[in-house]
Parts: sequence; structure tokens; C-alpha cells
Amino acid sequence: MEQIFDILSWAAILSGSALCLIGAWGMIRLPDMYSRMHGAGIIDTLGVGLILIGLIFQAGLTLVTAKLVLILVFIFFTSPTATHALARAALNGGLEPKVMNDGIRLPIDPQNKETPVTKTSGTKEVEPSKT
Amino acid sequence: MMFAAAAIGILMTMTLALIRALKGPSVYDRILALNTFGTLTVALIAVHGFMAGRPEFLDLALVYALINFIGTIAVTKFVTFSDMGHGGGREDGGDI
Repeated sequence: MEQIFDILSWAAILSGSALCLIGAWGMIRLPDMYSRMHGAGIIDTLGVGLILIGLIFQAGLTLVTAKLVLILVFIFFTSPTATHALARAALNGGLEPKVMNDGIRLPIDPQNKETPVTKTSGTKEVEPSKT
Repeated sequence: MMFAAAAIGILMTMTLALIRALKGPSVYDRILALNTFGTLTVALIAVHGFMAGRPEFLDLALVYALINFIGTIAVTKFVTFSDMGHGGGREDGGDI
């Protein structure tokens, strides 16, 4: 039984570390801020989550497990909230996505307040923002 | 051994996040990298507690997780409104 938990803990911690590195590589390589959020999301949920699950397998059924579960729950709820608020702030602050799909409306167009930008035809590149 | 491997992986990830925070073209890139850095710090504190055989470090990790969230939201709000107390005031009534 002990060995099974050890093996599970090894697998979870190693794959968690690997997913952390993959997410960080995505944060370095992806082209604009909205796509970099995908890398950050991998690190925040899967990477750190799997490492904490591996620690839970090591700890057994004690108070330490309760604390680890609390940390896991907090990270699971707070990190998507923070990322969502950040994306909304960036979109309102005039940071344009590099690729826009059909019908994306910027909430407030920084240049022209009356007419929000609408893209109608297909997926196409827009001009990179000057800021 | 296992904890050392996890710590090395976390430290390398923190280095890459720090590179993005230094390089990032917009301020939002830097905030995103700092949020990731804080989350990784939580994991590093927890792993270090296990590695040193002192699980009391988990209390620090718990507090750090909460402070990190509040800090990220506060910095985002400050960048958006140039003010901590401002409550939105846009047409759709949203905050950040």
C-alpha cells in the first residue's frame, strides 16, 4: 500500500513539474498577451495542482492533508478569477488581440468612443496596437 | 529526491516567468507573469516544507495564496483606474 502511494506521488509530482515547464515555455513563446494566458492557466491549475496532489499522497490522512486541500481549493478558485479580471482590464485598456474572430466587439474602442470595433468577415489579422 | 526534482522544476518555471515579467511589452504581461510567479511560490513553499520535514510551512503557503490573489486584483485595478477606490462607472457597470 505504501509503495502504491509512493508511485502515485512520484507520477503526480513529475508530471506536475513537466506541465509547469510546458506552461512556462508557452508564456515565453506565444505571440500576444491573450494567448500567453493559456500558458499561465496550465501552470496555475494543472501544474501546481498536480504537485499539490502528489504532496497529498505523501502526507497520508492527517491535518497536513487538510491544509493542502485548502491550498488547492484556493488556487483553483482564485487563479481563474484573477486571469479573467486581467483579460477584461487588458481589453478595456486598449490592448488588441492579434487575431480576431467573427463579431468580436471591443467594449470601448480607445480611439472612437461611439462606434465599437466590429470585425465581420472571417479570421483575419488586425494591425498590431501601437501601445 | 522526489521533492528536490519538484523544486528544481518549480525554480526553472519561476525563472521563465521572471523572464516574461522583465521582457513583457505591456504592463498586463508583467501582471500575468507576477501572478504565475506567486502561484509557483506557493508550491515552492509547500515542497520546501516537505523537503525539510517541517509541514508547518503549509500555513505560510496558505497565507501566500490569499495575499497573492488580493495583490493581483489590486494591481490590476490600480493600472486600470489609476485609483484603488474607484468603483467602475462604465456603461455596463462593471468593475475590472
